[in-house]
Amino acid sequence: MRINMTSVLVSDQRKALRFYTEVLGFEKKRDIPLGEHAWLTVVSPEEPNGTELLLEPDSHPAVKPFKAAMAEDGIPWTSFAVADAQAEYERLLSEGVRFTQPPVDHGTAVTAVFDDTCGNLIQIAEERHPS
Amino acid sequence: MGDVYKALADPTRRKILDELCKREGQTLFELCGRLVMTHGISSSRQAISQHLAVLEEVGLVVTERRGRSKLHWFNATPLQAIAERWSIPAERKKEP
Repeated sequence: MRINMTSVLVSDQRKALRFYTEVLGFEKKRDIPLGEHAWLTVVSPEEPNGTELLLEPDSHPAVKPFKAAMAEDGIPWTSFAVADAQAEYERLLSEGVRFTQPPVDHGTAVTAVFDDTCGNLIQIAEERHPS
Repeated sequence: MGDVYKALADPTRRKILDELCKREGQTLFELCGRLVMTHGISSSRQAISQHLAVLEEVGLVVTERRGRSKLHWFNATPLQAIAERWSIPAERKKEP
């Protein structure tokens, strides 16, 4: 068994696709129409055959209060790996991305948290391997 | 206003104020991360949230919503009131 897919619940699939590709820099992998919504995934250009991120509609009524509570407390839905958290923070800031947490050095990792404009907070993490 | 002294009597709540002094406008998530990292305080988010509620009740913490997130600030006003209450009069300060 392996993990080939993970998902993020987005308020608007097309808006999410723009943010996750044009701002974050992922690439569209699948966009299969399924009635009102689509089976829509993106991948990292660094790993085109790696884990896909499914941009899943958040239309289920249970999702809204859950997402609101997570965002209120600043809790990210998921985390993406970056080589340099500070550099990525500055790049995304210049793209107009809003951060709820600037880079914080935890010793083993540097993390920051931003708003994906589709109802989620997302963490970026630079792992520090002991040399 | 609640009891400022009682709010300050708890060591975890004092550490929370320490961390909020280092960076203002933190979410609960960031604050919990900093408490674990800097002080080894691994209380649950719910426990830290309750501590924050105590501090907010006495005015040592103020919160504001930015976008959809709730941010926390340290507010020194209640401490200034304490300092003023027991301030040493100027003429006594001159005494040896």
